[in-house]
Amino acid sequence: MNLLKKLDKEWYRKLLLPLLAIITALAIGAVIIAASGASVIDAYQGLIEGAFGKPRAIAETLVVTTPYILTGLAVAFGFKCGLFNIGVEGQLYAGAVSAAFVGYAVKGLPVFIHLPLAMLVGVLGGAVWGAIPGYLKAKTGGHEVINTIMMNHIMLRLTDYLVKNPMLDPTASIPRTAYIEKTAYLPKIIPAFRLHWGFFIALAAVFAVYFILYKTTVGFEIRTVGHNQSAARYAGMNVTKNFILAMAVSGGLAGLAGANEVLGLNYYLPASFISGYGFDAIAIALLAKSNPFAIIPSALLWASLRNGAGLMQIRAGISIDLVNIIQACVIMFIAAPAIIRWIYRIKAVKAEGGMILTKGWGKA
Amino acid sequence: MPAVGVDTNDELLSLRGIVKAFPGVLANDHIDFALRKGQIHTLLGENGAGKTTLVNILYGLYTPDEGEIRINGRTAHIKQPSDALSFGIGMVHQHFMLIPIMSVTENIILGNETTKYGFINRQKAKDKIRSLAQQYHFDLDPDALVRDLPIGSQQRVEIIKALYREAEILILDEPTAVLTTQETGELFSILRSMKDEGKSIIFISHKLKEVLEISDVITVLRNGKVVGSVKPDDTDEQQLASMMVGREVILQVEKQKMIRGAAVLKVGNLRVNDQRGLCAVNGVSFEVHEGEIFGIAGVQGNGQTELIQALTGLTPFQTGKISINNNGVSGMNPREVTVLGTAHIPEDRQQYGLVLPYPVRDNLILCSYYAAPFSRHHVFDFPSITSEATRLLEEYDIKAPGIHTITDTLSGGNQQKTVVARELAREIKLLIASQPTRGLDVGSIEYIHKKIVEARDNRCAVLLVSTELDEIMSLADTVAVMYKGEIVKTIPVEEATKEKLGLLMAGIDA
Amino acid sequence: MRAATGNVQKEYLLRTLSFCVLTLVVNILLILFSFRFRSDHSVSLLGFGKLGSIPIRTATAILILGCIGLAGSIAPLVKRLKVEVNVTFYITATGVVSALILWAAVGSIFDMVGLVALSLRLSTPIVLGAMAGMLCERTGVVNIAIEGMMLTAACVGFAATVYLNSLWLGLLCAILAGSVMAALHAFLSVSMITDQIVSGTVINILAVGLTGFIRRSFLVKAKLSRTAILPIISIPLLSKIPILGTIFFTNQPIVFFMMILVVLLTIAFFKTRWGLRTRAIGEHPEAADTVGINVFRMKYLNVMLGGAVAGLAGAWFSLETTGSFDDMMTNGKGFIALAAMIFGKWHPVGAFIGGLIFGFSDALQIIFQIKNIPIPFQFLWMMPYLITMIVLAGVIGKSTPPAADGEPYIKR
Ligand SMILES: Nc1ncnc2c1ncn2[C@@H]1O[C@H](COP(=O)(O)OP(=O)(O)O)[C@@H](O)[C@H]1O
Ligand SMILES: [Mg+2]
Repeated sequence: MNLLKKLDKEWYRKLLLPLLAIITALAIGAVIIAASGASVIDAYQGLIEGAFGKPRAIAETLVVTTPYILTGLAVAFGFKCGLFNIGVEGQLYAGAVSAAFVGYAVKGLPVFIHLPLAMLVGVLGGAVWGAIPGYLKAKTGGHEVINTIMMNHIMLRLTDYLVKNPMLDPTASIPRTAYIEKTAYLPKIIPAFRLHWGFFIALAAVFAVYFILYKTTVGFEIRTVGHNQSAARYAGMNVTKNFILAMAVSGGLAGLAGANEVLGLNYYLPASFISGYGFDAIAIALLAKSNPFAIIPSALLWASLRNGAGLMQIRAGISIDLVNIIQACVIMFIAAPAIIRWIYRIKAVKAEGGMILTKGWGKA
Repeated sequence: MPAVGVDTNDELLSLRGIVKAFPGVLANDHIDFALRKGQIHTLLGENGAGKTTLVNILYGLYTPDEGEIRINGRTAHIKQPSDALSFGIGMVHQHFMLIPIMSVTENIILGNETTKYGFINRQKAKDKIRSLAQQYHFDLDPDALVRDLPIGSQQRVEIIKALYREAEILILDEPTAVLTTQETGELFSILRSMKDEGKSIIFISHKLKEVLEISDVITVLRNGKVVGSVKPDDTDEQQLASMMVGREVILQVEKQKMIRGAAVLKVGNLRVNDQRGLCAVNGVSFEVHEGEIFGIAGVQGNGQTELIQALTGLTPFQTGKISINNNGVSGMNPREVTVLGTAHIPEDRQQYGLVLPYPVRDNLILCSYYAAPFSRHHVFDFPSITSEATRLLEEYDIKAPGIHTITDTLSGGNQQKTVVARELAREIKLLIASQPTRGLDVGSIEYIHKKIVEARDNRCAVLLVSTELDEIMSLADTVAVMYKGEIVKTIPVEEATKEKLGLLMAGIDA
Repeated sequence: MRAATGNVQKEYLLRTLSFCVLTLVVNILLILFSFRFRSDHSVSLLGFGKLGSIPIRTATAILILGCIGLAGSIAPLVKRLKVEVNVTFYITATGVVSALILWAAVGSIFDMVGLVALSLRLSTPIVLGAMAGMLCERTGVVNIAIEGMMLTAACVGFAATVYLNSLWLGLLCAILAGSVMAALHAFLSVSMITDQIVSGTVINILAVGLTGFIRRSFLVKAKLSRTAILPIISIPLLSKIPILGTIFFTNQPIVFFMMILVVLLTIAFFKTRWGLRTRAIGEHPEAADTVGINVFRMKYLNVMLGGAVAGLAGAWFSLETTGSFDDMMTNGKGFIALAAMIFGKWHPVGAFIGGLIFGFSDALQIIFQIKNIPIPFQFLWMMPYLITMIVLAGVIGKSTPPAADGEPYIKR
């Protein structure tokens, strides 16, 4: 009984700060809306209706939630190893390109082979693109933040080249790849809506990541390296291997998100394909404090902000970029909880455990 | 109690009722302290007694919760170091506050630069440094980089730093901890000439002999409280020791006579480089046998760290041979060395020995998580982990609310017990313990000493590295002294005296 | 007992070997490439401004470059020569770049002076960004938000120019915008002790949102979508010097600011009181604190100065180059600037050289596109990013950051 009470209190504490962060960020958004002469009520009502107003809106929000869950998980997985993977965007492209290629170029396979194969290759594509900065980090100390950003830019150019040259569908009016074979389609959940089975795959990934991180020695090693590299080495763990592995898994999750988008939503890959999921993913992971299960509500929130923004713009004439500002404020408050504590006079709890990221630019 | 030396008439500085609490510890509990002009006043107390905390308060690094600082009879508000500096207080910190990659001059003038149009006038500073060094009879090259200087000279840079600011009150926090016997003598002659110049000194130490030698007044701290003040002529080591520890006996470990068996660890002509690529261990050879505690004494920074890192597979070595139970260790990683039956109590438990944000449970299986019974096919078996962790918690008397307690919240002693429990719980043939009791309370020290001797009596070979001569003398069966990366001499403990070891630690084989 | 060699050497050998094999392949390709020009007796024309142009036999020149590179890639394997692998890397890289220039110069004159001048111009935001990063990191604050500060400054500078109708006021506002963002970074990372990488990311995301919002809410509705750009200034007399005058003394103001700042910061860091204190805080903040230096104030000051410099870099995009503002127009230059800073070992002159290399690769790409060299332009675009990664991998040799870089300073 006593224990239950204590647990309750901890849950409440854990939820309190993120909730206040979101509320405060929305309040700042309201101030900006009011300052630019629009109606706060119209804007936020539009935001909510845009996200949840009709069954179709809800389905669309879930469509966006899917890649958000996966990319959020990807960033969170990196955090667990002390790595900041800002390269989720590029890894997502890598997955999308690879999956698209298998989707249209491989013909004559039955569904139950073609679809998993396309997804697997997508995951691999992302994993390889993620593993490279992991390797560089482990071997040369090159900071993963810069390297993953550079690899985003490189991947952007590379996909552009691939889609416009070797992978181009010459019959299409816009630069894009050919349509993937029907055998590689991820089926819809409800026929009339765009929501597809990728959503359940994303939910399954949450459980898988949780299991790996907390129930297996693989996850134990990754977390140990993330907390304290010296202790990990002392305990006989291979820091290099774990850096590469963590980045590969992280990239693989992002690659899965990319494969999902191609196989479940578009069925082809266009040349200009800036998703923006990769950057929102950072915020989602920070908001969820890298907890795999907390990624789900966090992704849902981001998806509804993104999906509702359109209607908000129509209703109140407020640029959709406002959502970006709100999001930035949310993570700012999450990253610096002292601000929220100061505003709401909440006492600090000891051992709250801040984020531990690897420091420094290279091997000193 | 009107203690000796608290004479309100001519006191230069006095602290009244200083209180400072840290989470979980009352580091200073209503401390009164008074310093007279031209006096060397010693603060004596064992690790954790609150000495550093007190002088940090005086220097403006910590804010006291309660209490008053008076200088020349007037209340002084010292909120930050610059306030202390303006009152003429200088401090040589326990961990030097020097910037390794900068020159001696830059380190000394920092914060007190003479400038012309914003540009630093180095020449003037150098001249002043040279004349200060001359005044106290020692050499110091103002252009040398601090990182190239030996520890003793770095300390002098710190002293000059205070004198350069014309400090009248100098605080030295455990200055002799890093010095050899000889260097300590040189430091004392500098301190005496400073006293002759009329400067006042607060000297901190936990070494009885030297305290008796240098002090005018000795104030003893224990558990954050003042136990009393005495003059060196009115006391002796025995009395000081009991004031310091709070009971009559000094640490003495009971132990049977050694029954030496076969050699377990063999080290031959080992050379190891440090992180900067400089030779740190230079051709070291020794053997550690079953049932023997082989102690390596030496001042910190003479290659002990690198030696241990090479032995445990944490760092590669350049040339030479290491074998454990006749298995060559070359090219092995720490896991492979562990599997040979090695246990390692690392010198820095917080950096190497523990993952502080983990629950105690996870730290107790940190080196054995990968195999049955704790995991199978990479999946953890939590019931067996829990039962093992619970058992160790009890057996090793680790004072924690439970196995899920976050390790960070434990006291230093209980953290170290966690490391010891984990390492000794395995089937081991060789125990490598590096500074196993550094910074711990007396109770924990006794417990860990007992466990180390127990391991030896269970036919384990023990390699003990320590900078504390007392620890080496009371635990080791064989003593080796390391100096500048080499083993100067190896002798049975029966032949070792403190004086002899002290000289050896300075590289002098008399 | 096995004899021990330690695995330090093994790893070193492996690194050397893989480098040599890699450069060997590249140089063989280079030699094969030279045969392409053998049959048609191509001649490359390298132009040097008013001094005229030099004709070079393309095939022979590339062949020689390839052979030098080949020798260079074998050299590290011969122990006695004591050649480091990074020398090999430099020789091969120079060879490849020179070969590309020779290729582009076949038939029509390739303006070398123009190339260097363009490199200097394009390096400006990178060098400025690197110095902004340096100002922060020398006081121990890692700043990956240079990108966001530049973007904000570019936007605010342009908006101010439109609304205040003055380029110079716009420039001032850009600088202010940079330091306001920097103040936020200082607040989060110094006062709130947020992880500095996270704080930087927050600012980068905030900058994207903020600038997008300003652009769509105000700039698109404004009458002007394009303004004039900062004028080219020729320094009297000095600009008349052949070649050097064109490169260094005929430029737009921010390019001049950049060059002045390189000199100024070099002196300031190593000769002044401010510099000594700044460096001390970056190495050992506690040591600085114990001698009475106000660590927090210095950190705020320097981070905000850094923001001002980043603001200047941002103004380069909108006020000195395009005369307009686009979403994400800084295009990762802020991150490349960090690579230049690391390449330059946290020294302004080093950062200048590093920035020039990036500017050079940018300039080459532009000229190659103009000259229609048949390399897919996407690959040319990738070059700066690839070079950044190579720099970070430590090919240039070890580069040690300030000891307390990225560590929060917590006073008890
Ligand atoms: N910054 C701190 N935070 C928390 N506890 C501290 C801090 N500094 C010292 N302590 C605790 O205060 C007590 C006294 O420490 P200290 O003054 O360093 O002792 P001494 O210098 O006599 O060895 C110890 O128990 C120590 O763990
Ligand atoms: Mg102390």
